[in-house]
Amino acid sequence: MRQIILGIVAAVTTFINAGTVFAGPEAEVLHWWTSGGEARSAAALVAEFEANGGTWQDMPVAGGGGDAAMQALRARVLSGNAPTAAQIKGPSIQEWYSQGVLADLDDVAKAEGWDALLPESIANHMKCGGKYCAAPVNVHRVDWIWANADVLARAGLDMPTSWAEFNSAAKTLLGMGIIPLAHGGQAWQDATVFETVALGVGGPEFFHKAFVELDMTALGSDTMEAVFDQMRIMRSFVDPNFSGRDWNLATAMVINGEAAFQIMGDWAKGEFTAAGKSPGKDFLCASTPGAGYLYNVDSFAMFAVKGADKIAGQKLLAKLVVGESFQTVFNLNKGSIPARIGTPLDKFDYCARQSAYDMEVASGNGSLLPSYAHGMALRGAQAGAITDVVTNHFNSDMKSSDAVKALVAAVKDSL
Amino acid sequence: MFTRFEKQIPKIVLAPSFSAVLIFVYAFMAWTVYIAFTKSTIMPMYKLNGVLQFGRLSRSPRWETAIENLFIFGILFIAISTVLGLLLAILLDQRIRSEGALRSIFLYPMALSFIVTGTAWKWILNPGTGIEAFVRSWGFSSFKFDWLVNPDFAIYTIVIAGVWQSAGFVMALFLAGLRSVNQEIIYAAMVDGISTRRIYTKIILPSMAPVFMSAVIVLSHLAIKSFDLVVALTGGGPGYQTDLPATFMYAMAFSRGDLGQAAASATVMLMTVVAIIVPYLYSELRSKNG
Repeated sequence: MRQIILGIVAAVTTFINAGTVFAGPEAEVLHWWTSGGEARSAAALVAEFEANGGTWQDMPVAGGGGDAAMQALRARVLSGNAPTAAQIKGPSIQEWYSQGVLADLDDVAKAEGWDALLPESIANHMKCGGKYCAAPVNVHRVDWIWANADVLARAGLDMPTSWAEFNSAAKTLLGMGIIPLAHGGQAWQDATVFETVALGVGGPEFFHKAFVELDMTALGSDTMEAVFDQMRIMRSFVDPNFSGRDWNLATAMVINGEAAFQIMGDWAKGEFTAAGKSPGKDFLCASTPGAGYLYNVDSFAMFAVKGADKIAGQKLLAKLVVGESFQTVFNLNKGSIPARIGTPLDKFDYCARQSAYDMEVASGNGSLLPSYAHGMALRGAQAGAITDVVTNHFNSDMKSSDAVKALVAAVKDSL
Repeated sequence: MFTRFEKQIPKIVLAPSFSAVLIFVYAFMAWTVYIAFTKSTIMPMYKLNGVLQFGRLSRSPRWETAIENLFIFGILFIAISTVLGLLLAILLDQRIRSEGALRSIFLYPMALSFIVTGTAWKWILNPGTGIEAFVRSWGFSSFKFDWLVNPDFAIYTIVIAGVWQSAGFVMALFLAGLRSVNQEIIYAAMVDGISTRRIYTKIILPSMAPVFMSAVIVLSHLAIKSFDLVVALTGGGPGYQTDLPATFMYAMAFSRGDLGQAAASATVMLMTVVAIIVPYLYSELRSKNG
């Protein structure tokens, strides 16, 4: 009888202990890569994670801008049950850090040598209080100008190297009955064009002072007025139906020759390649007139979670994300370039290689700048205040001097 | 003892819903008003900071546009829907043949969601693919109807889509009201030789005052709630010219992580609604007790 009882106790104890055995790294990841190429890219990461012994729990929340995902994240964090990692970028990382909910990745970063592998400005975005808390996935370039090669050849034009050249090219195209600039009238698209114009007209230092440091003298300066003047000129180069148009419909206008140029980030390249066009032959890509490079870096921020397997999952995820194979596969599918310096680019197309080369040059001479329109330079409230002024000016007949005054007032008022 | 318990049954049955409403509506309203006095950004902060959010709100040009739009849209939407609904109801009341079918046709738009209405009207009003292109294809090459993309007129397109959706519902309300007027008074008036127009304006319409009240209340709640219609039709309009307080609040809270500002705008919206409803409730309760 005693032996039977001892036997039962021993068996039960073994089962209880077996339940708490370390199950392997696991990660619950919140993201909004739910469409086409993005979903394929996310699947590549899942495959690699699981090939390394991890368990991936997917938490996709659809909605291209990430609004719904951020809502879900807020709810999870408020209830004390944060996911292991979430797709957060730019100053939002530091904003979440100030709420005290992010984890420390410095051990992985030191082991993998991230300080040497990432450009300095990008590495700084990934740090919270000097220690790494997020892993960068890719680098999107925002200040691209795309053109229909055929239309340009017929008009006898080259890719413009200055805004004055762009203006005269646009006037030639207007004379030929072609829409010079394909544009979608949504606030973020207006902001995208605005920041490329600001970079081109004012230069990298002006851009940094105005949109990263929020220096009031720069924001209220004559250079800023000149930027708004150029925006007013650009307004006459878009077709009357541009309001509310989606960005990919504007790209379609360039693809089928209705319009000549589009100013949009490198995700537009995906539209061209999906339509079977090849870079250099059917469509041309160049940096918008002016020096500098505006980047938009997607990243995974790691949250402070409990449990050995979750923490191991975070470290494995961070290591894989900056690893060479993931950086290559993901970025090939998404149309961006690797954040990791030195990734071999032989499989990438001509525009991507150009982008990577420009990024290295810009990083070297200090003109590698975060995009304000895509949430890299400023917090949401401040970026939104600037965008309100920009989109109001573009869609009305506001004078440039009034726009500058409104800009200064809006930035002062945003917390 | 049992009958005393029986008397309490209605209260017991209602208690769960009542407490749910008390918590999930009123307690959270109070929470929002509290947040409006803080400096919350992406997550709520609970340290009170005075009225700085309301100051920021009053200086925001976008909020000014939103409030202006609320008044333009609200007044036009309620007035035109009421007039159109009344007209349709009077016309349908003339004992015509296919009244049932016509009533269903007019009432049908109410069954659609505002998103469907907004998207359909966006295509209809788009200058390149809608009415303007259509009329131009008939040969009127200088016809212009580009309100949708015009910053000054875009708000009126929202009025058009909203009226199309709700006029049928108002018509149904008024039709019921017209049918409930006492026929003997009408016959007496006709015997006295009063013209039909005066019968309507002096007898029938005044007796339908409660129906007018219901129609205005329903329409004003639809107007204040108007969010999905704006998002589908203009996405906030050229720039932010068709922004309404509801879309402003959504943008501040969820797209921008500016919870304090969103809560302040929600509080202002609440005050607007309270300013309309409280006098009405007061007059209703007074007339019951008086």
